[in-house]
Amino acid sequence: MRRLGAIEAIYPELERSVVVTIMGAVAAELQSIGHRPNFFYLQHAMGLASSLGLGIALSRPELPVVVLDGDGSLLMNLGGLTTLARYRPRNLVHVVFDNESLLSVGGFPTATSTGSDLAAIAKAAGVPRTTTVDTLEQFRGAFLAAQSAGDLTTLVAKVEAVGPAGYVTDLSLMENRYQFARHLRERLPKE
Amino acid sequence: MSPVSTAGSRLIYDALKASDVRLMSALPETWLVHLVRMAEEDPDMILVRLAKEEEGVGISAGAHLAGVRSAMLMQNHGFLAAINGIVSCGQLYRIPLLMLISQRGSFGETDPWQTEGGGVTEYVLEALRIPFDRLEAPEHVGKRIAKAQTLALSASRPVALLLCRDLMWAD
Repeated sequence: MRRLGAIEAIYPELERSVVVTIMGAVAAELQSIGHRPNFFYLQHAMGLASSLGLGIALSRPELPVVVLDGDGSLLMNLGGLTTLARYRPRNLVHVVFDNESLLSVGGFPTATSTGSDLAAIAKAAGVPRTTTVDTLEQFRGAFLAAQSAGDLTTLVAKVEAVGPAGYVTDLSLMENRYQFARHLRERLPKE
Repeated sequence: MSPVSTAGSRLIYDALKASDVRLMSALPETWLVHLVRMAEEDPDMILVRLAKEEEGVGISAGAHLAGVRSAMLMQNHGFLAAINGIVSCGQLYRIPLLMLISQRGSFGETDPWQTEGGGVTEYVLEALRIPFDRLEAPEHVGKRIAKAQTLALSASRPVALLLCRDLMWAD
């Protein structure tokens, strides 16, 4: 499965969600399909996308939050899985695209290439719903199930180590940041 | 009884509440025990206990983007552990982080293992151009926390308050 195809397969469902992505290929590919004001791309701070998603999910439990993470990023913040599990936001779906590689810096293999199992780590950390999928059909099905489950899910999607030609897009970091915050303000429940 | 000052901790907690802080991330250490307990007992406070301090940067950034004011409680060694997140999330994205850092390792410190962090914390804050002030006496607390919060929000940048021994420790 290719990550771009996987993101396309869930793109319609992202419209009603609040989406936080990691840097690099995930951010560039989601933007290539179409940016929306409810998408925030954390273009550095590797590992913190899941923490940032947790901050939104706890602050605004009425919003469905989707984090699009990666193996390299998650491996930098494995402790964060225990925090996610501890607070168990029912409104958060944590997707991990696992290409077993640090693709954007030259494709060096990560520890998932030598057997580290991120879904098993998430499960052992206490995440109530975890699964690993290998095909587009499985991925779309597991994502829809996670969105309707009403509980914290870590969904690991095994993807090929291929990405876009470049990572810099014409959406500036600040423009994205303020547009996203404004979008969340506009979605505050009416008094 | 713990020599950590309950009165000093209460002043800090009340000042954070007065600044409309509704979410607090914390990695407990000795000086912070009362503050963490106060957050735990407050039904209107979202307390997030961390595995490592850098997570708190992401959580506070998410809270800010979602419209909720937050504070981070950590030891100065936790601040040192969180620096990449502070720079590449907090500063890069102009997030008004309110960091409360227990300043271990200054005069009076008895734990040998705490003595390195105290000597470098203020220099690191300066190198990062993070505005900071010290809370050393009860009369500092309310005003300096309110002013720190005001600058964090107006500048949209991280700020820090150093929780110092004379305030936190009832020797």
